[in-house]
Amino acid sequence: MNIDASLFAEAIAFGLFIWLTMKFIWPRITQAMADRVAKIADGLAAGERGRKDLEHAQLKATEILHAARDRGAAVVEVANQQASRLLEEARKEAQMERQRQVEAAQAEIRQELNRAKDALRTEVAKVAVAAAERILSREIDPRTHKVLLDELAAQIH
Amino acid sequence: MSQDTGITANQYIHHHLTYWTVGHGFWSLHLDTLLVSLTLGFVFFFSFWMAARKATSGVPGKWQNMVETLVGFVDTQVKETFHGRNKLIAPLALTIFVWVWLMNFMDMLPVDLLPRLAQWIGMPFGANPEHVYLKVVPTNDLNMTFAMSISVFLLTLFFSFKVKGIRGYVKELFTHPFGAKNIFARMALALPNLILNAVETLAKPVSLSLRLFGNMFAGELLFILIALLPWWAQWPLSFLWTGFHLLIITIQAFLFMMLTIVYLSMAHESHDSH
Repeated sequence: MNIDASLFAEAIAFGLFIWLTMKFIWPRITQAMADRVAKIADGLAAGERGRKDLEHAQLKATEILHAARDRGAAVVEVANQQASRLLEEARKEAQMERQRQVEAAQAEIRQELNRAKDALRTEVAKVAVAAAERILSREIDPRTHKVLLDELAAQIH
Repeated sequence: MSQDTGITANQYIHHHLTYWTVGHGFWSLHLDTLLVSLTLGFVFFFSFWMAARKATSGVPGKWQNMVETLVGFVDTQVKETFHGRNKLIAPLALTIFVWVWLMNFMDMLPVDLLPRLAQWIGMPFGANPEHVYLKVVPTNDLNMTFAMSISVFLLTLFFSFKVKGIRGYVKELFTHPFGAKNIFARMALALPNLILNAVETLAKPVSLSLRLFGNMFAGELLFILIALLPWWAQWPLSFLWTGFHLLIITIQAFLFMMLTIVYLSMAHESHDSH
């Protein structure tokens, strides 16, 4: 047994190292560890929150997409109706225009025909008179038979 | 090793078991124990302080990770055993575990390395190599182990007084573990209780100290004995014993820490509720 004053020296050293550890090492290390635990917990919570937000946003996006699609379909429907109505109107207009053109053309044709008939009538009357003149140059006095000849000419349509 | 220096095995062992001492009688110091233990203590402190100083709550470096593992390990042990509030116990336990382990680890160095080095260093100063002593393992010194166990013992007393009051503590010495309702029976039981408690209380620091000392002494002695064998036997035996002793030094450091925690937490418990 070699117990001597080293005992006191070692006890003092022991106390010194305990104090140093207590003062400079333990609090800082445990603080860093506790902070990290809090950080990780916060991170996990934030992750969870982010996941929920994403889910929510996805749901909302789907909703908006559906609404947009519905509205788009409605717009297309209206446009289609409008287009068919316009088409119908245009067709009717064209039909009417054609009718008008045809009628105008027919009227013109009729006028032309009447004019031609009138001309022909006059011509025929002249020819008839000329022919009759030749045949009846001696017996028929144009002045006395004029009424008769006019009657004949009028019969030609 | 003994053969080439021309000394007997007895002298060799004796040389290895002698302290480097200054002073006379009780008022002397074991310089080797002091030197090695203080060096290792500061190695412990500064290396851990390096990690603590730059401790970050972000991604820890390798060394900080190592320190945190040890701190976490000690903290778990303390929290599992001790349920009160005491800022001292956990740092105390960490200090004991790491410091004792480092001091025990000196046993892992080749048994002649540092003493021989000390002899070489001493020779230019005119020292006789035969009289240069260096006992490397501080925990292989009763002064060291008792310094720690008595400090722990005083702390247990201090916390006992603090929790129960001196009066409560003294009362418990006489009324615990055997209690009685009857006043005469209590008086009759006072002496047996006191004797039991005295033995129990005093046995704690003694056993705490001697357990560590005994293990380290035996380990050191075995290394010395192995060093006396022929060279071809030294290799396998040293290898085996070093491997085995590595477990022992860790277990002893852990035991010293655990028992300290247990004793200190017991000091916080009152037996009045029994």
